[in-house]
Amino acid sequence: MIDLGRRIARDMAAPFADEVDAKARFPAEGLGALRKERLLGALVPTEVGGLGRSLDDVAALCDVLGQHCAATAMIFAMHQIQVACLVRHGMGTPALRDYLGDIAEQQLLIASVTSEVGVGGNTRTSVSALLRQGGRYSLTKDATTVSYGEYADDLLITTRRAPDAPPSDQVLVLARKGDFQLEKKGEWDTLGMRGTCSPAMYVTASGSEEQVLPVPFADISGQTMVPVSHILWSSLWLGIATNAVARAAAFTRTEARKKPGTMPPTAMRLAELSNTLQLLRASVHDVANEAGQLMSSGNTHALSSMSFALRMNNLKISSSQLALQIVQQALLICGIHGYKNNTPYSLGRHLRDACSAALMVGNDRIYNTNASLLLVVKDE
Amino acid sequence: MLDDIRAILREHGRLAIDQLGNDTDLYLAGLTSHASVNVMLALESRFDIEFPDHMLRRSVFESISSMHAAIEEIKQSETTQVTVAS
Repeated sequence: MIDLGRRIARDMAAPFADEVDAKARFPAEGLGALRKERLLGALVPTEVGGLGRSLDDVAALCDVLGQHCAATAMIFAMHQIQVACLVRHGMGTPALRDYLGDIAEQQLLIASVTSEVGVGGNTRTSVSALLRQGGRYSLTKDATTVSYGEYADDLLITTRRAPDAPPSDQVLVLARKGDFQLEKKGEWDTLGMRGTCSPAMYVTASGSEEQVLPVPFADISGQTMVPVSHILWSSLWLGIATNAVARAAAFTRTEARKKPGTMPPTAMRLAELSNTLQLLRASVHDVANEAGQLMSSGNTHALSSMSFALRMNNLKISSSQLALQIVQQALLICGIHGYKNNTPYSLGRHLRDACSAALMVGNDRIYNTNASLLLVVKDE
Repeated sequence: MLDDIRAILREHGRLAIDQLGNDTDLYLAGLTSHASVNVMLALESRFDIEFPDHMLRRSVFESISSMHAAIEEIKQSETTQVTVAS
């Protein structure tokens, strides 16, 4: 499957990546190819028609897609995070189980509505609340960013369990096409990740009460949404860094061939860079592997522990920092050829896309959470 | 011990604890992750214990009863260690 991913990345994402970035347009070609190969249903269990792949497999796909088009990779990652939540916490509800089958059959694309005006980047707080009547729910939500919302089929939305529920008492709700409206409240004109099309949206949604996931969002968040997010994002950032190093390496080899027998000055920098990339790769794979095993063995105990949360947070922070650092160093190697656009060594898009990593969610917020955890976690 | 736990929840958990039963879900009552860390610290200080990592999970701090049970468990295992040592 990884070869398939590589082919899709090279043939259907890479050729359009620069244009997707320049025009801030949805990477329809890449997503189309992913759909054609049934990869939107990669995490959906085979018993309901999906590919039944593991978190590791999907992480590897995010890496290879990230090497060629970070926007395609991010959209794919965000979708898989929502699917993971449904698979791990919704298979027990008939309506949600059937929906997972629909994802696999129709290759439906799901967008996440977790951000909200008034809560900053704190996804464990909601202002909006669920209203219920006659077996149906309804809600409105002022979301600060909905990635590819305009292009998604369905939405997974966080909201307060009820109008009288405290801000942190949240549920996760599925809204299907036809049952929600998105009112665009701005444009998506950003430094990087331009093809993810993530403007602010005012969301109005309703649906059957069966579409409210039965598990408290606190548990979904800790056991699935946060770890899967951090692992898939880190994997695609690793992809960006990997391609940046590949370009720096190609440049260095081109220089070396001009004067065989001499060591180009950039070769030493490339040696340093290769080392840093290996560090990032090892970290991402190690944590992804641990989380994947805990998830596939259903170890809720370990998945809901504070020490697990600490490790997942650390992965996000270090990956976001290392990926950007690697791209910057690759740029130093490629020099003007990396600085210019439209050369085989261009690194502008990589740099701008990598800049998003420390901001989604803001690293300071995560450091603060970790500081709090470290007051009690002994990390035995 | 239950009164001490309630006092800590009132002060550090910022909950209107008098209205809540021993088995009431504290998260549904408004206990946040951040406040629960402060509660954990206060409990460690008050009862002179350390929560081992395997007990640092949401379910342990979900209710007054679950916290009480956890503290009892830690105190008992500490007693056992002391007995073994001497």
